Amino acid sequence: MCSRFRSRHVALAIALLAAAGCQRESREFQTAPVEGAQPHPRLSTLQPGHPLATTASDIGAHYANNAWHITQGGRLYRWFNCNGCHAAGGGAIGPALMDAEWRYGGSIEQIHASILEGRPNGMPAWRGKLTDQQAWQLAAYIRALSGNVRNDAAPSRREGMAATPPPTRIPTQPPRGGDDSSGTGPAP
Amino acid sequence: MRPLRPCWIGLGVLPLAGCDGAQSALAPAGDQAEAIGRLWDLTLAVCVLVYVLVLLALAWALRRRGRRRATDERAMTKALVAFVLFTGGTLTLLTVASFVTDRRLHAPVRDPLHVRITASQWWWQVEYLSADPSRQLTTANELHLPVDRPVRIELATTDVIHSLWIPVLAGKQDLIPGHHNVLVVTPRHVGRYRGQCAEFCGLQHAHMALDVQVDGTEDFAAWYAHQLQPAPTPRSAGANAGQRLFAASACAMCHAIGGTDAGGRVGPDLTHLASRRTLAAGALPLDRTRLAAWILDPQRYKPGTNMPQVPLQPQQLDQVTDYLMELQ
Repeated sequence: MCSRFRSRHVALAIALLAAAGCQRESREFQTAPVEGAQPHPRLSTLQPGHPLATTASDIGAHYANNAWHITQGGRLYRWFNCNGCHAAGGGAIGPALMDAEWRYGGSIEQIHASILEGRPNGMPAWRGKLTDQQAWQLAAYIRALSGNVRNDAAPSRREGMAATPPPTRIPTQPPRGGDDSSGTGPAP
Repeated sequence: MRPLRPCWIGLGVLPLAGCDGAQSALAPAGDQAEAIGRLWDLTLAVCVLVYVLVLLALAWALRRRGRRRATDERAMTKALVAFVLFTGGTLTLLTVASFVTDRRLHAPVRDPLHVRITASQWWWQVEYLSADPSRQLTTANELHLPVDRPVRIELATTDVIHSLWIPVLAGKQDLIPGHHNVLVVTPRHVGRYRGQCAEFCGLQHAHMALDVQVDGTEDFAAWYAHQLQPAPTPRSAGANAGQRLFAASACAMCHAIGGTDAGGRVGPDLTHLASRRTLAAGALPLDRTRLAAWILDPQRYKPGTNMPQVPLQPQQLDQVTDYLMELQ
């Protein structure tokens, strides 16, 4: 064997590559307990004066960057009949979730809040019916429907028929006019 | 050669302990398993015979080694012909036996009971079909059958490939997404048996058992009539609160209880949960303590299961458990 290509270097490189992929697929079956109150996302970017310093929340990013959570969100989407109003993302009596238009914000925290709180004109409030983790999983999946997902977190496998290309191939459409960052309300 | 240690003999005997009872292919309780068992016996006999003959031939050759003798051409030819005929005859016998067994497994049956089993990760939905919709029944993780009547089981799945294997009744049959398979069984002995998933389907594949009960005709009819009833009305105050809580919280999103507002189809039907013997597809025996522990933290007993950990106050957990234990 060539001395430059030592087997232990190869083993180290493989271990590093494998470790890099570990997080995106780790299956967290139990929700980690949340310490303290979660900041509530804003629904509007309008505010007088200078923008307040926002405290970014890690929870949303954590769910959005995990392929397993996104896939579970896809299953929950089907199981809990989100198709009934939103179809497979194209919208029916409910607005489309695949596009860049979000009435109440398109960041993952805002989608999570919309699911749990409900919204006027027909979106039911699911708090008490869905666990917090399930709502995060759904929000991560819905973000992936408009391509707002990292390519290494987007699952390339679909469960059942779908109206969109696989999440790795959906063109990214950032929410238009809304707050796309992990912007939240002012810190208490 | 060292003498065989007692512990190794013990280990050899241990697998035989699984041969009797509820889940043994060597103790058939139905026509199909009987046919397979006969084929297995024939194959075993043939293989033992061939093995003994081969060992005898080897011993003979070892005895003969070193002695130089002129090869007798005619004897050699005769031996080869005999060998070829024996092998050909054995293989033909086995092929014919296999064909006959297969015909028996797929023989048409008259007036079967119709059941549909839909597998999901990691539980079994069992539906008794009937031309009369008011006599259709849905239950989960248990299969009750009447003795001496053929059952035609349609097999479907909602997610990945599973396989139904009830060794005392029949062989394995896969449940394939997008495809419908059929398994016919005719139980002949009353008793309690066990089936399980036989195709790796995910993290909890090992905890996906089916509780099979074969009853006499009257017992089965009584069970069936009871299962058709909606869930009993709660008797105690705690159970009453539990019923309201069940329908109002996350429980009803996935589970259905006949006769109440809970109508979720994603998870097992719980209408007569307390009449079952096991919980979570055989992962736990069913009693009040284990039911409460399961509801409190399903991931502890079956990590990866799709049932989430629903946050409940201790009093709420008591009420829901009270209610569910009344669902006989």
